[in-house]
Amino acid sequence: MTRHGARACAIAAAILAGVSAGPGIAKTLRVAAGSDAEARLQSALIDAKPGDTVRIGPGRFAITGALSLDAPHVRVRGAGPGRTILSFDGQTSGADGVLITGDGAVIEDLAVENSKGNGIKAKGVDGIVFRRVRVEWTGGPKAENGAYGVYPVSSKHVLIEHVTVRGASDAGIYVGQSQEIVVRNSEAALNVAGIEIENCYHADVYDNVATHNAGGVLVFDLPGLPQMGGHAIRVFHNRVVDNDTANFAPKGNIVASVPTGTGVMVMANRNVHVFDNEISGNGSAALLIVAYINAFKDPAYNPLPRDVATYQNRIGRNGYDPKFDGGPILAKMTGGSIPPTLWDGVTQYVVPGGAAPTGEVRLSLKDGPVVNLNLKTQGTPVTSANPTVTPSWVDGEMTPPDPVVLPPDMFAKGRKGQARR
Amino acid sequence: MSPGRTHWAALLSAALGLMCAAAAPRPGVDVARLMSDTPAPTLQAYGLFEDARGRRPAPGVTPYTLNTPLFTDYAEKQRYLFLPPGAAMTYRDRGVMDIPVGGVLVKTFGYRADQRDASAVARFVETRLLIHRAAGWQALTYVWNAEGTEAVLKRAGASLKVGFIDAGGVRRDIDYLVPNVNQCKQCHSVDGQLSPIGPKARNLNGPFEYGAGPENQLDHLAKAALLKAAPNASAIARTPVWDSPSEPVAARARAYLDVNCGHCHSRSGFASNSGLFLDLEETDASALGVGKRPVAAGRASGGLEFAIAPGDPDRSIIVHRMASTEPGVMMPQIGRSVTHAEGLALVRAYIAQMQAAP
Repeated sequence: MTRHGARACAIAAAILAGVSAGPGIAKTLRVAAGSDAEARLQSALIDAKPGDTVRIGPGRFAITGALSLDAPHVRVRGAGPGRTILSFDGQTSGADGVLITGDGAVIEDLAVENSKGNGIKAKGVDGIVFRRVRVEWTGGPKAENGAYGVYPVSSKHVLIEHVTVRGASDAGIYVGQSQEIVVRNSEAALNVAGIEIENCYHADVYDNVATHNAGGVLVFDLPGLPQMGGHAIRVFHNRVVDNDTANFAPKGNIVASVPTGTGVMVMANRNVHVFDNEISGNGSAALLIVAYINAFKDPAYNPLPRDVATYQNRIGRNGYDPKFDGGPILAKMTGGSIPPTLWDGVTQYVVPGGAAPTGEVRLSLKDGPVVNLNLKTQGTPVTSANPTVTPSWVDGEMTPPDPVVLPPDMFAKGRKGQARR
Repeated sequence: MSPGRTHWAALLSAALGLMCAAAAPRPGVDVARLMSDTPAPTLQAYGLFEDARGRRPAPGVTPYTLNTPLFTDYAEKQRYLFLPPGAAMTYRDRGVMDIPVGGVLVKTFGYRADQRDASAVARFVETRLLIHRAAGWQALTYVWNAEGTEAVLKRAGASLKVGFIDAGGVRRDIDYLVPNVNQCKQCHSVDGQLSPIGPKARNLNGPFEYGAGPENQLDHLAKAALLKAAPNASAIARTPVWDSPSEPVAARARAYLDVNCGHCHSRSGFASNSGLFLDLEETDASALGVGKRPVAAGRASGGLEFAIAPGDPDRSIIVHRMASTEPGVMMPQIGRSVTHAEGLALVRAYIAQMQAAP
């Protein structure tokens, strides 16, 4: 069903329900802590019908499998992220803590601790809200921790707010292959990547704190996936500070290539604006703008960052302890530390199966100085860098993406929902 | 499904049930019960079997097998197809057969105490039903009691202790997980809708012993008027038999990966976001895992760089995840708690014989 179809259907259903049975039709299914809580909770998630709320009481719920919600338009609400704790310490099966496959779910006021895989995953849904949710691996940053904290993927209309994620061995807040996304008022700490927007269209990331991760905020686009060509992303008014946890990602994953001490990193993508953020205490670089680094076989993929604009960020002390190949040498060449903006200077690539390099890159990097590694062609090793430093790098003015507009019913009642600016 | 539609769907399926019941007034399968939105508390209520122990299928319930089955913790499986009187499946050359509303797929999981003993009787663990109702497919699971005399509905799943000696003589004690209805859908999903995944023409294209010597299943189903619009079985593609030594390793491994992984790892499956597509129809080497880097595997990559490193099983993430029994790492994510040693050996051999990348 199309997004509009699904929504129209849901509205029609709501009207029908209202006419036939009155507004009282929505039920609340209550689940208290205690014996057999996992089975009672999973049963409630199965029994819930559209419009229903599953209320999870305070306490610690020991979960051994993966919880799942497939019914559409169900709200799952705990007593608060410090009071309702779904503990996966004893998990023996399942790849996630909680898996959501129903449209229009709202997950709020609860915590997921120590899941063996991802914390909360939502796959292929239209409408998903994470609000006042904490996902944490309580033993601190470790390679054995699960990959993603909150993990909507292949979804549309995503709202993540007042969420806290700590300890993810990949990205704390990760949105993949999705469209129409708002991530705000959230905190990501002690993860490999704090907040990662990957292969996404139309995302606003604002008023968040990303701290003590290896990298603060990442905007990536990767090849070989059903949704590629990430674009129209705004990252603004975030605090991206003191990202100083040594990268602990297992090798092979793309985030394992993120240098410890990265503030904001843009890899590939088109039309990304990074502005009005506080960026300090990131030892490798405040702003890192690069092409996709590995070889790829997908002719539909563009590995270049295009129409990327960075401006009016409050850049503190960064780049004083670069943890990437050639970093210390580069720092020596640029006066002892890495300048605020590091661009690999890749402006062309060879389409797989093609011959001559192609590409067009326009950037507007105003938070200078800007160091350009002048690598020119995608895939050129960093050892071939020929760095130059300029006060800024402006190929022209860039039109920012439009603010993301989410359906009003995704926001908490009585609160201003839509994106700032 | 929306609440507004439930009402109509219930009416529709009730009407359909009445019509079918009126058309076929015979003991045996209770079509109206199968079509009812309220599941029966016991398996026996549907009349799919003549006996309470679920051993003898009722008239109109046809057994079938698959060339290559899904591995489920060494469970042995008995499969049946039921179609309402006069109804037939329509042949499809790709994907699962078009099974009409009223159709039911029945699968019973069981263990012989000693799997080396061909004459031993299996203890049944669960019987799963996939029922095609007007509103779509429904999954129901019935768990057998220890005596094997009654199977009762379990919507929220269950964990059962099962002990047996496997075909290699190894004593195994496992925590057998009966899936809840959401977990059923995790595998049984096509474009987000619950769907059968087993009975594809190519995987049915093989012999079955109906009692008068082996007969090709597709031919048998066509002759019995349970399958229409099918070409002769000899003209239909065939899923290789994963453990038949007479077939090439690569073909068997692809069949194994198709059946055990391809329902999720396909362009319309639960794992579509991974970009790793293991169904038999896939032709792109990179999508099939060769030289493909992980996307969202996290620690499950085991520090390895590629799903398949040609020529090097030990450096292939697929092997690492098939060998694991750790939640968050193991693949498939659900449906097994032990490693399928024989399946793993086959996939290792498939990767080992690939030419290493230059």
